[in-house]
Amino acid sequence: MPSFHNLSIKYKLTWLGVLTSASALILACAVFVAYDVRNFYDDMVRSAATQAKIIGYNSAATILFIDPHSASETLAALSTEPDIIAAGIYTRDGKLFASYAATRSSSTAATSLPKALTLRADGHRFEKRYLELWRQIIFERKVIGTVVIQTSLDAMRVRLLQYIAIALLVLLISTLGSIAVSLWFQRRISRPILDLAATAKSVTDDKDFSVRARAESRDEIGQLVETFNEMLARIQEQNEELQKSRDELEQRVIERTAQLENANKELESFSYSVSHDLRAPLRSIDGFSQAILEDYSDKLDAEGQADLRRVRAATQRMGQLIDDMLDLSRVTRAKITREQVDLSALVRALGAELQKVEPERKIDFIVAPGLTADGDPRLLRIALENLLRNAWKFTGKHPTAKIEFGITQNNGNSAYFVRDDGAGFDMAYANKLFGAFQRLHAMTEFNGTGVGLATVQRIISRHGGRVWAEGEVEKGAIFYFTL
Amino acid sequence: MSDKVILLVEDNPDDEALTLRALKKNNIQNDVVVARDGVEALDYLFGTGNHTGRDTSVLPSVTLLDLKLPKIDGLEVLKKIRADDRTKIMPVVILTSSKEEQDLINGYKLGANSYIRKPVDFSQFIEAVRQLGLYWLLLNEAAPLGSR
Repeated sequence: MPSFHNLSIKYKLTWLGVLTSASALILACAVFVAYDVRNFYDDMVRSAATQAKIIGYNSAATILFIDPHSASETLAALSTEPDIIAAGIYTRDGKLFASYAATRSSSTAATSLPKALTLRADGHRFEKRYLELWRQIIFERKVIGTVVIQTSLDAMRVRLLQYIAIALLVLLISTLGSIAVSLWFQRRISRPILDLAATAKSVTDDKDFSVRARAESRDEIGQLVETFNEMLARIQEQNEELQKSRDELEQRVIERTAQLENANKELESFSYSVSHDLRAPLRSIDGFSQAILEDYSDKLDAEGQADLRRVRAATQRMGQLIDDMLDLSRVTRAKITREQVDLSALVRALGAELQKVEPERKIDFIVAPGLTADGDPRLLRIALENLLRNAWKFTGKHPTAKIEFGITQNNGNSAYFVRDDGAGFDMAYANKLFGAFQRLHAMTEFNGTGVGLATVQRIISRHGGRVWAEGEVEKGAIFYFTL
Repeated sequence: MSDKVILLVEDNPDDEALTLRALKKNNIQNDVVVARDGVEALDYLFGTGNHTGRDTSVLPSVTLLDLKLPKIDGLEVLKKIRADDRTKIMPVVILTSSKEEQDLINGYKLGANSYIRKPVDFSQFIEAVRQLGLYWLLLNEAAPLGSR
């Protein structure tokens, strides 16, 4: 059985009503019965005292004249009082003078005055079945005897039982009544609460904020329901707003994605057109310049021929710039697919390729073994190729050189590095190193388009890494990168 | 082998002149038929349009196909060449400015036999044409006529 604490509010309310009315009734009945019993006792005592007084008055002479017969007759008059079961008159010395018994069996009067009664002049006491009352018989201010009357308590008991029966009946009827009333009230009070609870539960279960609890009254419960409904409305409103802004956000994301895709497509078509259309005229310039050099060399002096060669060189350089630019944009657009890449092996292979192109170069190529990284193999290849090409290029003016690839600790992070002992650079311009088309050396000194390191930086940053460099003029350069 | 023609599909007259010059420089004597857009190339191959009545059983020994062409672009031309039984196994070399990966992939997917990117440096271009002629006109054994 569930404890009262966990009972439904409707049972609580019913219990409350019934228990309150029942306990009030019980208390009222008890007080009433107690009061009545008390009154009845008082009446009994008063009536017995009156009888005793009358008997005492009437029997004073019989005691003085020692006439027990007359005394017995006086006592016999008590038969009109059905409640008096026995009575007795005692002389001053406590001897029974005359007695009366309503029935034979009820005769309880002792032959001598009980000791307890002699101690006090007047008095009464309640025995189990009767009230015993005694009064002194006084004649001319002198005690001449004592009257004792025993009154049965049966009437009292019957009356008490009747009272209790009536009280129980009243209690029963009123409890039934109070149950009915409580049920009615309970329904009035608990229904909106139950309704509210059910609504709240359905809101939590179904996440449906559009339902509303019914408000039936304007009391606190009605206010509660109203507040609850307001809260629901607010939540619904906020949900709708949230949904709306989420939809808007989604819409915006879709739009932005479309814009981005569009921009990417435009960029691609731009790259395509750069790759295709921008190079076409260059081919013409270069091709026809060479045609002139070949077909009309006899008509051109040395200076004219040199000029045409400059035209060709510039054309080819422009072609290289376009290609590098395309590579850079390709690196930016390329999808990254990460896998385990053996960097050491990659660097060794790239170094061998460089050596193959310029076999006469004396380069001490040191590669730390077993270095791997998680990254896009194609892009990492391009990045490392650019770094190694750089190292290769900028050590070109030295008869021998050392190029090193390894790993080092930097602020607790592992950083790969490519170190050379070549031309190096002034740290003051370190921030310019990675800008596209930025160069720290004159074309005549070291050629290049200034895209290589920009490409490296884009690749590394697309991997979520960082690239930086340290260098000193004519001492060499170190390029660090993390992945 | 010199009796067989080379079909050059090229819309840029400069590139046409340079390609012809490169062929000449390499002593490639084959007749060169120039088509200036995709439609013209297909007309020539299938004997339609301006080339109605041409004997289509005679195919070029090699077709040099630019990708960026007016009307019908190079990849579309290649698709039509490969879709037709007559030209299905004819050698087609893509000769283009583009080195976009997608062009390369699409070119090979559609059945190009080679893909050559026109270099800016004309000397390199002459070298490329030399190797191209050497391979497709001299070394390569063309599929027998009955095979198609």
